[in-house]
Amino acid sequence: MGWMAWTLPTALFFSAIALMLVAMTVWQTVSPARERKGFLPLATSRGDRLFIGLLASAYVHLLVLALTDWPLWVATAICVAGMAIIMKWG
Amino acid sequence: MKPYNNKAWWLVLPVFVLVAFSAIIPMMTVVNYSVQDIFDPSTRYFVGTEWYREILTDPRLLDSLMRQFVYSFCVLAIEVPLGIIVALSMPRRGLGVPFSLILLSLPLLVPWNVVGTIWQIIGREDIGLYGWTLNSLGLDYNYASNPRDAWATVLVMDVWHWTSLVALLCYSGLRSIPDVYYQAARIDRASSWAVFRYIQLPKLKNVLLIAVMLRFMDSFMIYTEPFVLTGGGPGTATTFLSQTLTQMALGQFDLGRAAAFSLIYFLIILLVTWVFYTAMTHNDNKG
Repeated sequence: MGWMAWTLPTALFFSAIALMLVAMTVWQTVSPARERKGFLPLATSRGDRLFIGLLASAYVHLLVLALTDWPLWVATAICVAGMAIIMKWG
Repeated sequence: MKPYNNKAWWLVLPVFVLVAFSAIIPMMTVVNYSVQDIFDPSTRYFVGTEWYREILTDPRLLDSLMRQFVYSFCVLAIEVPLGIIVALSMPRRGLGVPFSLILLSLPLLVPWNVVGTIWQIIGREDIGLYGWTLNSLGLDYNYASNPRDAWATVLVMDVWHWTSLVALLCYSGLRSIPDVYYQAARIDRASSWAVFRYIQLPKLKNVLLIAVMLRFMDSFMIYTEPFVLTGGGPGTATTFLSQTLTQMALGQFDLGRAAAFSLIYFLIILLVTWVFYTAMTHNDNKG
C-alpha cells in the first residue's frame, strides 16, 4: 500500500466516509425511510441528503481556502452544522 | 413484511470490485497525493491544503477554468440547436434513413487525434478548404497566430465532430413519438412551429438532457483535438483545463499540485453531472 502514499489525515478522512456509508446502510436496514420533501427544492432520500451534504461541504472548504484566511476547522465546523441541518430538515 | 428484498445487492458486488480498482482506489491515491509534495515515492512531505489554496488563487489556472466554461457553453449553444434542426430535417422513411444515419455516424468514428490533424490541414490558408475559402473572401484568417481564429477553428472542429451525436439522439427521440400525436395536431390544424413547441420538444426533453450532459462532460474534458490543432496557442488562447493539468503533471512532474487540481476539476464535473441527473430523474418522477 506504500504506492498509495497514505497520510494520517487522509486515512482518517476516508475512514470517516466509510463509517458514514456503513452507518447509513445499517440505519436504512433497521429503519427503512422513503423519499420526502424538506427545505431542499426536490424530494430526497437519506442517501441523497448525505451526498448533497458531502458535495456542499467540499465546495464550502474550497471557498474558505480560496476567499478567506480562516483556519480550516472553521469550514469543517460550518459543514458539520450544515450536514446536520440537511439530514434533519433537507 | 419487508418492503423489498435486499439480496439483489450482492449482484452488484462484481461491478463494485471493478469500480474499486478502476476508480475508487486511484481516486484515493490522488487525494493522498494532493496533500503532499512528492519528489519520488520515498521522498514526500505533507503540505496540508497548501496546493488547494495555491491553485484556487492562481490566475493562470483561473483563466484556464474560465476559458473552459466559455468553451463548453459555446459548444452546447451551437451543437444542441443545430442537432435538433438536423434531426428534424432527416427523412422519416425510405432509403434516405439508413443513408443519413450512416452519414451522420461517420464523424463520430474518427479518432480525436485524427480530427485534430484533419482540421490542421483544412484550416491552412494555402491548401486547406476552410482557411483558403475564408482568406479568398477577404477575411484575414490564420488560426496559428490569431486567438479569435484559433477559437473559431476549435469550435467549428468540435461542431463538425460532435453535432452528429446530438442529431442522432434527437432523431431517436423523434422516432419514438407515436403517430397519434401528429394526427391530433393535423385535426387541430396546428402549425409546424406548434407541433415542434408542444409535441416534439416536450417529448425530446429527456433525450436532450442526456445529449447536454454528454456534450458538457466531453467538452469540459477536451484535450486531444485542440492540443493537436493549436497546441493550446496562440499564447494560451486555447489552453483548456486538461492541457494545463497535463503540463503540470507530466511536463513539470508536479504531482501533488496536479492531484489537487484534478480533484477540483472532478468536483466541478461531479456537481454539474449531478444537477443534470437530478433534473432528469426529477422530471421522470413527475411524469
